Amino acid sequence: MTILKNRLFWPVAILVALLIVNVFTSNQFITLQDGHLFGTLIDILRGSAPLILVALGMTLVISTGGIDLSVGSVMAISGAVACLLIKDLGDQNAVGSVLLIVGVAIVVSAALGLWNGSLVAVVGIQPIIATLILMVAGRGLAQLVTDGQIINVQSSPYATIATGFFLTLPVAFLIAMAAVVLISVLTRRTALGLLLESVGGSPSASRLAGIRAKRIIVMVYVVSGAFAGLAGLIYSANIKSADSIAAGNLIELDAILAVVIGGTALIGGRFSILGTVIGAILIQTLQVTVVGIGVPSKATLLFKAVVVVVLCLSQSATFREKVFGRFKIRTGVPA
Amino acid sequence: MTTIDATPPAADQKGAALNRRRRVYRPNTKYIPILATLALLVVMYISGLVNYENFDQPSVIVNLFRDNAVLLAVAVGMTFVILTGGIDLSVGAVISLTTTLAATLLQGGWPPLLVLPLVLLLGALLGAGMGAVIHYFKVEPFIATLAGLFLARGLALFINQNSIPIRDKLWIALSDLRIPLGETTKTTLTAIVALAVVLIAAGVLAWTRFGRNVYAIGGSADSALLMGLPVARTRIAVYTISGFCAALGGVLYTINSTSGHALQGTGTELDAIASCVIGGVLLTGGAGYVFGSLLGVMVFGLITTIINFQGDLNAAWTRIVVGILLFGFIVLQRLVTRRAR
Repeated sequence: MTILKNRLFWPVAILVALLIVNVFTSNQFITLQDGHLFGTLIDILRGSAPLILVALGMTLVISTGGIDLSVGSVMAISGAVACLLIKDLGDQNAVGSVLLIVGVAIVVSAALGLWNGSLVAVVGIQPIIATLILMVAGRGLAQLVTDGQIINVQSSPYATIATGFFLTLPVAFLIAMAAVVLISVLTRRTALGLLLESVGGSPSASRLAGIRAKRIIVMVYVVSGAFAGLAGLIYSANIKSADSIAAGNLIELDAILAVVIGGTALIGGRFSILGTVIGAILIQTLQVTVVGIGVPSKATLLFKAVVVVVLCLSQSATFREKVFGRFKIRTGVPA
Repeated sequence: MTTIDATPPAADQKGAALNRRRRVYRPNTKYIPILATLALLVVMYISGLVNYENFDQPSVIVNLFRDNAVLLAVAVGMTFVILTGGIDLSVGAVISLTTTLAATLLQGGWPPLLVLPLVLLLGALLGAGMGAVIHYFKVEPFIATLAGLFLARGLALFINQNSIPIRDKLWIALSDLRIPLGETTKTTLTAIVALAVVLIAAGVLAWTRFGRNVYAIGGSADSALLMGLPVARTRIAVYTISGFCAALGGVLYTINSTSGHALQGTGTELDAIASCVIGGVLLTGGAGYVFGSLLGVMVFGLITTIINFQGDLNAAWTRIVVGILLFGFIVLQRLVTRRAR
């Protein structure tokens, strides 16, 4: 009974169910080929990397009671900056220069996060509006950077970020996992997680308790920006070009969904990194499964919508109470 | 903060002093965002007059309504939702569902007078469903309407992924209809409908009990409940209105373009929210006017018009300018509300 009550029970159950479906529908679920793992499961892990990164930053932001709508635009800007700089390189395959450019793109993204964080913490604007500004203007900025064109690059070190393999696993997934481990350690092995939750619970009470709430709020937006930038690099490296319109389009909604599926409360004060990762992988698996089981392409979004509706309702305690409550045999003292 | 004009009883001296201070500031602060938007509109229009030829034609202003009729209808519905402190992300998807469904049914030979109420009803029903989920199951408006977005666009794509032309006689007649305004200018039916929606909505919010309830819930849902106001009914009603307005926006789109497309309306929800914010509607709920949203949409339209007149500017500038304006207005609102406290 306790396992059923766990917040992550239903997401994990649905994820496992979807994976089992994939075992039967895909040609190769997982095999070793050309020196690395290969198959549907690996595709899912590789494809979910950008969403995991974005959702991870979003989790931190949401834990402080905020929200970051600008992640999609930041992805577009980061990809645009990176491709623009790489295109101007004399030798596009120079590893050192590409790494430097990757660093520059991430710093730019972190700076955009700093802008969001300052608006929220210093100016005191509601997070949803503060980040709406960059969401609206950011895509315009990305289009200015690329001059409205799609910039193509021919850089194999850059492409490795998205399509390469290391120790038989996709590099993109390893990057995402490194970020997850880093954030998990920082939040659960230091006091940082506690501070985040306390700021989310009540910023003014935390400030009175001696926590520098403003600094923490600015920090989570910077981290969210940097992770979104990294996700943008993976996205653009995957298609070897910067597409300022399609990059990260609607990813903020998927990311928020992943966070909510993972059991993080949108009002802040509670968060689960593991839940977010499961949520992000679940969303990616859903997308792969829909194609795998042969749902016609025109019905993919409808299928996703139905699963999302079921998930949202199953997460609502009131809904479970109202619908399933009457079947429950009441025994003992009600909790 | 709250816009309810009931005079609170002077409970104690401190309260009375506070109220007096508020009464001094309230008439000013209440209208500052909307007046700022109006001033901005005038400045933009004058700069257009100075810089471009033919900007003085009345058609420039009239066409603002024609070109932004869809956004106007959606922004009105969004205003209701935001006033209660909620948000509706599904409007763009409801537009696409409406256009696709209307075009498909008309192509199948359904009578247009049946199709029209049917799609409007569907939009309202979708809105009511989301409102019910939000109120009764306590799902966040953000999440519930996000699910609504996926559902509506999913249905639209399921019906048809391609652009569908409309050959129906009534639709084409409505599309070609021109209503003369004065000697030289004419406007379309869609512009008139959008303007009518604004006027009706403004009247409902200002003069009906329902309008008062909307503001009260936005001010504080708990207090509204304790006051015995019908919170459930009102909250479901605002999402129903938003769904209806979005469906109406979809119908206006099909009339404007005599076609339907499942990808139509992508991102309209953000334009509508941005219009409301620029028009001084507080996203926390409880304060704002439909006329503010109207002005917000006009600012949107005028930016596009000026960029078109300029000719050599990248369309990306529209988004950047809107972003800068959003920033300016939000900071202004912040200053105004902080002083009012």
